[in-house]
Amino acid sequence: MREGLHLSIDRIKCDGHGLCAELLPELIRLDDWGYPIIAPGPVPDHLLPLAQRAVATCPVLALALRRTAASK
Amino acid sequence: MSGLRLLAGPSLSSGSETYADHVRRLGAATLAGRALIEALGRSGLTGRGGASFSVAVKWKAVAVASKGRAVVIANGAEGEPQSHKDRLLMTTRPHLILDGAFLAARTLRANQVVLYVGEEHGSSWAAMERALDERPEAERRIARMVAAPHRYVAGESSAAVHLVEAGIATPTTTPPHPRERGVASAPTLVQNVETLAHIALIARYGDAWYKSAGRRGAAGTILITITGGVKSPGILEVEAGTTIEEAVAMAGGVSEPAAALLVGGYFGAWVPVDKGWALPLDAAALKAQGMNLGCGVIGVLPATRCGVCDTARIMRYLAQESSAQCGPCFFGLRALSDAIGRVAERGTNRDDLARLKRWAVEVQGRGACKHPDGAVIFLRSALSTFADTFASHPAHWRQQPA
Repeated sequence: MREGLHLSIDRIKCDGHGLCAELLPELIRLDDWGYPIIAPGPVPDHLLPLAQRAVATCPVLALALRRTAASK
Repeated sequence: MSGLRLLAGPSLSSGSETYADHVRRLGAATLAGRALIEALGRSGLTGRGGASFSVAVKWKAVAVASKGRAVVIANGAEGEPQSHKDRLLMTTRPHLILDGAFLAARTLRANQVVLYVGEEHGSSWAAMERALDERPEAERRIARMVAAPHRYVAGESSAAVHLVEAGIATPTTTPPHPRERGVASAPTLVQNVETLAHIALIARYGDAWYKSAGRRGAAGTILITITGGVKSPGILEVEAGTTIEEAVAMAGGVSEPAAALLVGGYFGAWVPVDKGWALPLDAAALKAQGMNLGCGVIGVLPATRCGVCDTARIMRYLAQESSAQCGPCFFGLRALSDAIGRVAERGTNRDDLARLKRWAVEVQGRGACKHPDGAVIFLRSALSTFADTFASHPAHWRQQPA
């Protein structure tokens, strides 16, 4: 696992609101049912502010930035 | 093979072995505590519930965190529809399982033992309950029976913990794993009943004895369930490393020419027979080939049956068995099941084939538990094993779904 911060999703909490993909399309796209698919690897430094905003905006607090990609 | 181990002793048709007979036949376990964990580590024993996780690693994690309040769950949910080996063990050798569970409790300083038995497995429940009644008071005092709901995911370890704790058999987000934080936040060992039975024997005879069975570099014995196109389907105890061809011969051989094998049950993978016969029944060896022993189910698909139709039927089941918590699993497996169902029912169409291939990759790794992963790995194996049939499936089920 490469060093750095990774986006992780609590898949039970996630209800597919889709705000994360609106705010961070560089790293997050939605599947055919509206649930996020995250690009693999750490979040590049220049996208960290956007990633933090996406985390803060998730209505069900399902999105997080973690030091390791413990959960996908 | 030279001899049975788990299934040694009185005839299986004579029912449960009593505690008195069990003790007379096998004596008491000699290893416990640190020495037992070390022996388990040297034995290389891995879990027989499906995940093939190292027993010693799990035990060490629980032992370190226990502080005298760990919980042991003997997992006899056996939700895999094709598997019957846990039920056979619970009904005929319940005291091997209980030995393993109470050895775990002593070694891990646990203060609770839960016997988690599938609610639909009536004779297993009765045998385990009767066996528990025969145990010494000190063991009975810390043990109780809990019914596992009749759902595929009920045997998943976090779902087992969730059920014991809150009465809901749905998986929870990991980490933390149950071995770190399980029932009532206490470190919890969730161990399949067959695994516990092996532990009961390793605690008596040691790891060198355990490894004295096994072929082609593999160690120990395995309970497997052989289903489908064989003359005598059923449960066998085989030496690890036995090839599927040898195991099928032990089950009387094929009843008609076979086309493909389902290795590892519904969470396993299809392989064409020409590649499948030589596969060794051993968790590590199968993993090295990108496969999975799972709970030891081997299905033999006769050449007269349609792999696409059988896969469609199993996908429908797996979609229904999603616990509906995670979107990619709940919606994804349903969509996959619908798409393969259309191929089976109405014939091949390019759009559904493209969807199947794309979704089977996209869904993976996007559930709290491994249910969606198991389903799409199984589906992808079908897409490659039955590629020709997928490409030109006629417009009707070749076999009606069971």
